[in-house]
Amino acid sequence: MSEYILEARDIVKTFPGVKALDGVDLKVRRGETHAVVGENGAGKSTLMMVLTGVYRPDSGSIVLDGREMAFSSPQEAVRHGISIVYQELSLVPSLSVAENIFANRQPVNGIGAIDKNELNRRAREYLALFDLECIDPSTLVKNLNPANQQVVEILKAISTDPSVLILDEPTSSLTEIESKRLFDNIRTLTGRGLACLYISHHLSEIFEIASTVTILRDGRFVCDASVADIDEDFLVTNMVGRTITDIYGVRPDPASLGAPRFELRTLSRKGAFSDVSLIVRAKEIVGLAGLVGAGRTELGRAVFGAEPPHSGEMLLDGKEISPQSPGTAIALGIGYLTEDRKTQGLFLDFPIRANLAANRLSSLSKGPFVSEALVDEATERAIRDYRIAAGGAKKSVRTLSGGNQQKVLLGAWIGIEPRLLIVDEPTRGVDVGARSEIYGFLRALAARGTAILMISSDLTEILGMSDRIYVMKSGHIAGELEGGTATEESVIALATGAAGGECEA
Amino acid sequence: MNWFKRLTGQREFMIGCIVLGIMVVMSFASPYFLAWDNLLAVLLGLSIEAIVAVAMTNLMVSGGFDMSVGSIVAFVGATTALLLAKGVPTVPAVLIGLAIGALIGLFNGFIISKVGINPFVATLSSLSLFRGLTLIVSRGRNISGLPDSFAAIGQAMLFGVQTPIIIAAVLIIGGDIMLRRFRFFRQSYYIGGNERAARLSGIAVDRMKVLAYMLTGLFAGLAGIVMTARLGAASMTAGTGLELRVITAVIIGGASLQGGEGSVFGAFLGSLLMALITNALTLLGVDVYWQTFVIGATLLVAVLIDQLGKTSAQAKAAGAAKASAESGARKSA
Ligand SMILES: Nc1ncnc2c1ncn2[C@@H]1O[C@H](COP(=O)(O)OP(=O)(O)OP(=O)(O)O)[C@@H](O)[C@H]1O
Ligand SMILES: [Mg+2]
Repeated sequence: MSEYILEARDIVKTFPGVKALDGVDLKVRRGETHAVVGENGAGKSTLMMVLTGVYRPDSGSIVLDGREMAFSSPQEAVRHGISIVYQELSLVPSLSVAENIFANRQPVNGIGAIDKNELNRRAREYLALFDLECIDPSTLVKNLNPANQQVVEILKAISTDPSVLILDEPTSSLTEIESKRLFDNIRTLTGRGLACLYISHHLSEIFEIASTVTILRDGRFVCDASVADIDEDFLVTNMVGRTITDIYGVRPDPASLGAPRFELRTLSRKGAFSDVSLIVRAKEIVGLAGLVGAGRTELGRAVFGAEPPHSGEMLLDGKEISPQSPGTAIALGIGYLTEDRKTQGLFLDFPIRANLAANRLSSLSKGPFVSEALVDEATERAIRDYRIAAGGAKKSVRTLSGGNQQKVLLGAWIGIEPRLLIVDEPTRGVDVGARSEIYGFLRALAARGTAILMISSDLTEILGMSDRIYVMKSGHIAGELEGGTATEESVIALATGAAGGECEA
Repeated sequence: MNWFKRLTGQREFMIGCIVLGIMVVMSFASPYFLAWDNLLAVLLGLSIEAIVAVAMTNLMVSGGFDMSVGSIVAFVGATTALLLAKGVPTVPAVLIGLAIGALIGLFNGFIISKVGINPFVATLSSLSLFRGLTLIVSRGRNISGLPDSFAAIGQAMLFGVQTPIIIAAVLIIGGDIMLRRFRFFRQSYYIGGNERAARLSGIAVDRMKVLAYMLTGLFAGLAGIVMTARLGAASMTAGTGLELRVITAVIIGGASLQGGEGSVFGAFLGSLLMALITNALTLLGVDVYWQTFVIGATLLVAVLIDQLGKTSAQAKAAGAAKASAESGARKSA
């Protein structure tokens, strides 16, 4: 038995025009959680796909338990004990939990039909592993919340009894509390000898769950280290290639904040949230924390007119408003940065300039005509101001890294010069370098007078950025905290309440 | 050389070159090809479908699709002819005909965007509905004996050119400018590019979609009127198969079924290309049965070339993005 269960040696992988991996080494011990970190586009996902046989490396070798391997397909990697949970969810929403877990390996009865009882019984065993007996294996996956869908992904990956489990950004759609539960589950698995490869942009998680970390930069191997020997600055410096101090910037003096800019009075929407009252002042960044499913996104979309509220009042600068569509909200000076930039925010096949112009065509027009000159000017300004690293304004945004995509989207919304900007998960899946820049842009926008409502599942982000924090729990405001004094515990206590509510499907 | 690359990267340029190529080859192969009469005949032949293609381009750019245009052509032609035969004067009869076309489009748009029926299925049923209604109102007979003032719409000559060609040319030029330059129609591209993102960008998506179907109905209605006027009679089989020719032209011209791309000028070049191929094969004495086959092959080749171009452009773009990200990181370091 070799010391390492899985080794990658000097892996090179090129895509047409891109050297995605350039001599990368990776050594994973049995039973450890091994983190892989790097900026957007550093090659983390590509490395995982090489390990699982999705891509064949141009050169280099993969050694599994002392034996050199060359997988030609993910199925073959699975047969040799390497399972992966991809960055993007890969479940079939219209099938049940059990059918998803045992996709293609459903137990069959005498005549070759799927044995439902046996299938559900075995699924229940796996669910019990993560203390989720309360989920019925015949529930359709689309009816689960994102956190539990993630669990099903993981159960699907471990149902083949792997010796290495790869998790590519598993927490990007989870809140802190759900992440904590995931970590417990990972510890259970590693306790049984499984090795876990863990990718995340949340550096605090690395210290919580991993024992070893490998750092990649621009497709190259930078170093690996035992987590006990390093700190977050070391990680950031080696990932980014420069030091970043204080990524959240400086919280302004509370006395410098402006007058109330935006106010909600007992706003309700059936089935989403009820009796929500809150205030955001000019120049203020207000955090909206809570569990996934607490109704934060629904609240944001209601304010933005995408799904208008059923009752209650909305005031902007003291005047009552009730936008019935995003168009009217934008005309009032309200912007909404969606939580899912790829499916709801960006026009992926369009160039940067078209994306930046999407929400303010009228201000970029002369008479009935779109003014290409104005669009170009706005684009150049945004690329410069937001330091968008792009091959050119005419390239489709699909080719940009996650961080740059997010900067384009944020640039579009700052471009309407909003009076109130709602940002929903503003840094999901964004690397630490781009993240600190985005925080800087939000701070600068607030300083110019905009009221910002920041929905986020990332507690450190909420605590680091907010002047004030509202915590939502099952559609209600559970409490309000001062940004300067709030702690992780105080937010979690409000978000979960006394009763655990651990097992909502 | 940047402008050159951009130009050559465009579908219009590619199709334009093919069209020119065919014209050059044909001018040598057949002395009759470049004759003014022959060129006018080609243009007259494509004018009806080109009128419909103008609105269909906007519709397909916004991600929509309409199978019912051929039936609208027939139905509006038949109802307008019936009104005229009943003694209604030309102007009101034409206006009523246009309104009927727009109403059918409104009906399509409503069941697609408000009720949420798939565009293909919804307009497929309209295709049968309105072909059926055409047969019902015309009792299976052609309607002729139309007044001269009406026939002029399709038969008069301006500067030696038939009116259908003039009408099509005006609509193509106007439509191309509007879709290319107008803020209002720019919204169609966004809707086709990502409907959910368009909605969250403040675009009134449902309204735009209904309007796109209405415009398509209106233009198909106009095409029906022009066609009836040109033939001097409403035929119950008018416009059969027109939807496929129009959609083919729009796609050859650079649009896709997903939406988000395409241009009116491209669609015109697409229908010109199809018409030229038909004309060339006829002049060369090729068996007429080959014509449809060649048009299918043209569509396939156009789409394939485009696909290949896209894949290599994407790979290059990914490379450039990576390179500039690296240099950006280095600069800020
Ligand atoms: N299929 C592909 N074709 C071409 N280039 C690709 C492909 N997949 C990845 N790349 C490129 O390879 C590089 C590494 O990408 P990869 O997805 O591995 O980064 P990552 O570290 O996982 O980033 P993120 O943190 O955003 O998930 C990037 O420059 C990316 O554009
Ligand atoms: Mg990745």
